[in-house]
Amino acid sequence: MNIVVCIKQVPDTESVIKIAGDGKSIDTGDIKWVMNPYDEFGVEEALRIVKDQGGEVTVVGAGPARVVEALRTALAMGADKAVHIQDDDLYGADPIAVAKMLAKAIEPLSPDVVFFGQRAVDDDSGVVSSAVAEYLGMPQLSVITKLEIADGKVKGTRPIEGQTVVLEASLPAVISAQKGLNEPRYASLPGIMKAKKKPLETKTPADLGAERSDFIEIATLNPPPDRAPGKTVEGETAQELAANLAKLLKEEAKVI
Amino acid sequence: MAGVWIIAEQRDGEFRKITYEVASAAKKVADELGAEVTAVVLGSGMQDACAELGKYGVAKVLYADDAALATYTTDGYTNAAAALIKDGAPDVVLFGASTQGKDLGGRLAARLDTGIAVDCTALAVEGGKMVATRPIYAGKVYADVIINGSPQIASLRPNVFDVVESGGEAAVEAVSADAGEIKAAVAEVQASEEGKIDLTEATVIVSGGRGMKEADNFALLEELAGKLNAAVGASRSAVDAGWRSHTDQVGQTGKVVTPNLYIACGISGAIQHLAGMGSSKVIVAINKDPDAPIHTKADYCVISDLFDVVPELTKEI
Ligand SMILES: Cc1cc2nc3c(=O)[nH]c(=O)nc-3n(C[C@H](O)[C@H](O)[C@H](O)COP(=O)(O)OP(=O)(O)OC[C@H]3O[C@@H](n4cnc5c(N)ncnc54)[C@H](O)[C@@H]3O)c2cc1C
Ligand SMILES: Nc1ncnc2c1ncn2[C@@H]1O[C@H](COP(=O)(O)O)[C@@H](O)[C@H]1O
Repeated sequence: MNIVVCIKQVPDTESVIKIAGDGKSIDTGDIKWVMNPYDEFGVEEALRIVKDQGGEVTVVGAGPARVVEALRTALAMGADKAVHIQDDDLYGADPIAVAKMLAKAIEPLSPDVVFFGQRAVDDDSGVVSSAVAEYLGMPQLSVITKLEIADGKVKGTRPIEGQTVVLEASLPAVISAQKGLNEPRYASLPGIMKAKKKPLETKTPADLGAERSDFIEIATLNPPPDRAPGKTVEGETAQELAANLAKLLKEEAKVI
Repeated sequence: MAGVWIIAEQRDGEFRKITYEVASAAKKVADELGAEVTAVVLGSGMQDACAELGKYGVAKVLYADDAALATYTTDGYTNAAAALIKDGAPDVVLFGASTQGKDLGGRLAARLDTGIAVDCTALAVEGGKMVATRPIYAGKVYADVIINGSPQIASLRPNVFDVVESGGEAAVEAVSADAGEIKAAVAEVQASEEGKIDLTEATVIVSGGRGMKEADNFALLEELAGKLNAAVGASRSAVDAGWRSHTDQVGQTGKVVTPNLYIACGISGAIQHLAGMGSSKVIVAINKDPDAPIHTKADYCVISDLFDVVPELTKEI
């Protein structure tokens, strides 16, 4: 089984996000960068499949030089090799443009399965996986919480509103991973040591024959809308607190 | 036939509420562009239901009746919708950022070689172009984006856009749109627990965190939720403790929800939790720690023991 996992490097979820002076991008100065949490599920699943069925795991990440850290983390978890598409101003790009570039890098690897995170926790798009699937002509199974791969077929469980759907397709296929799929392992110390010697290839978009083609343009970034300051509900006893709260919700907020 | 198009969402032949939200939002955009709203309906046996979309501002329905389109599949919907869109060349295409719309979005944009703004919370028109507002970085920042491709595609976050009744009956035109080869097929559909309301669709959510102390105590929240016709959510701590399922997690790595009312019980209000529920219309915090960060986000703060207050609140409602 030849597996590719796409990895995005994103700000740690604790990060304070500051809008940069241009009003269109974020200030990346104080940010701690990590592997997108959903991509960890993809790496973990790939490693489990390869352990069971044999094969190789290649991780692919596009972005500035720092992205190598996220790729090394995946190598330390157990992936075999990495491809870094180096592009210094790709961060914040249109996910469709990113998908085109990733597709160019993935195609020559001829994977049986390509994993993605169900969305990146910075741009919150969830666009890249299905766009790559389209460019590679592969079926997509999105937001998957359970996966079975056997006899050249893949079966994936996908929770939707009020239902759970089981999707089935032939390989090769694109899978986007959702929490619940597995418990990602931590990189072990020997894993971290070994990762330093694993192959990591750097390619430029030009090497791939890819051109940037962003459709999306950020006009402005703004802070979230203000919320009115809250009220402390008064009351001596639990019963009074509950009665006052119920009254506020009914008469003031009018939400029940 | 340029204009504003929507892709309707249906299940078992019935439109879902998000379809009305999207139609109402599309009507506003169309009015500003001096255009009309056309709805693409992909399904089977829905002839009669189609005209009803007129109520929400749809002038015309393009209805493709095909058994292969009765249930949503990425391939069937992309093939059929892309063919109709290429033919009709609308300026704007809108649909819901439901699980279906999220699945369709990237594929359709790639097929049509254009841009998409997903999970938008506001739409405006400036200089003849749509400007879409979408929360990024888990709602820590809001981006106003312009789409320079054609059509301009945007998906709209459920429960954010008001349903507005503005019209009468829509003209329904039967069209043929080939579902084509379905490579990822639906092999099985399992219904969720009887009567369970999905978090992303709920108008009221009662959520519990580590303060609930054990799985069985969620019965208190279930009772309150039952009275409010609410869904029950959870913090990641409650999910990681095994008290609730992954599908109940609210937050940056769980679900993003926008109910009218969110009641957080025994939840501290970590930044990753706030990311999932911070744009709820009204937030109530029930937490005994006056310094818990959730109290700074809440509209109504109840600083007390949830085990005392929640049962009383259930009685009061
Ligand atoms: C990468 C990453 C992603 C994450 N994603 C998410 C996510 O999607 N969603 C999420 O929720 N978290 C997420 N987290 C975890 C988050 O950082 C917090 O750890 C978590 O939200 C805390 O859950 P809690 O509020 O239930 O627990 P705690 O922080 O332990 O808070 C419990 C609260 O209950 C109160 N309490 C206790 N007993 C009572 C009582 N009897 N009556 C009233 N109040 C009481 C306490 O005062 C306290 O404030 C993520 C973390 C990381 C690192
Ligand atoms: N620059 C990138 N490099 C590698 N993979 C990426 C990149 N951007 C997005 N992805 C992948 O696409 C998934 C979804 O991202 P998005 O569509 O941006 O929300 C991520 O979880 C990654 O698996």
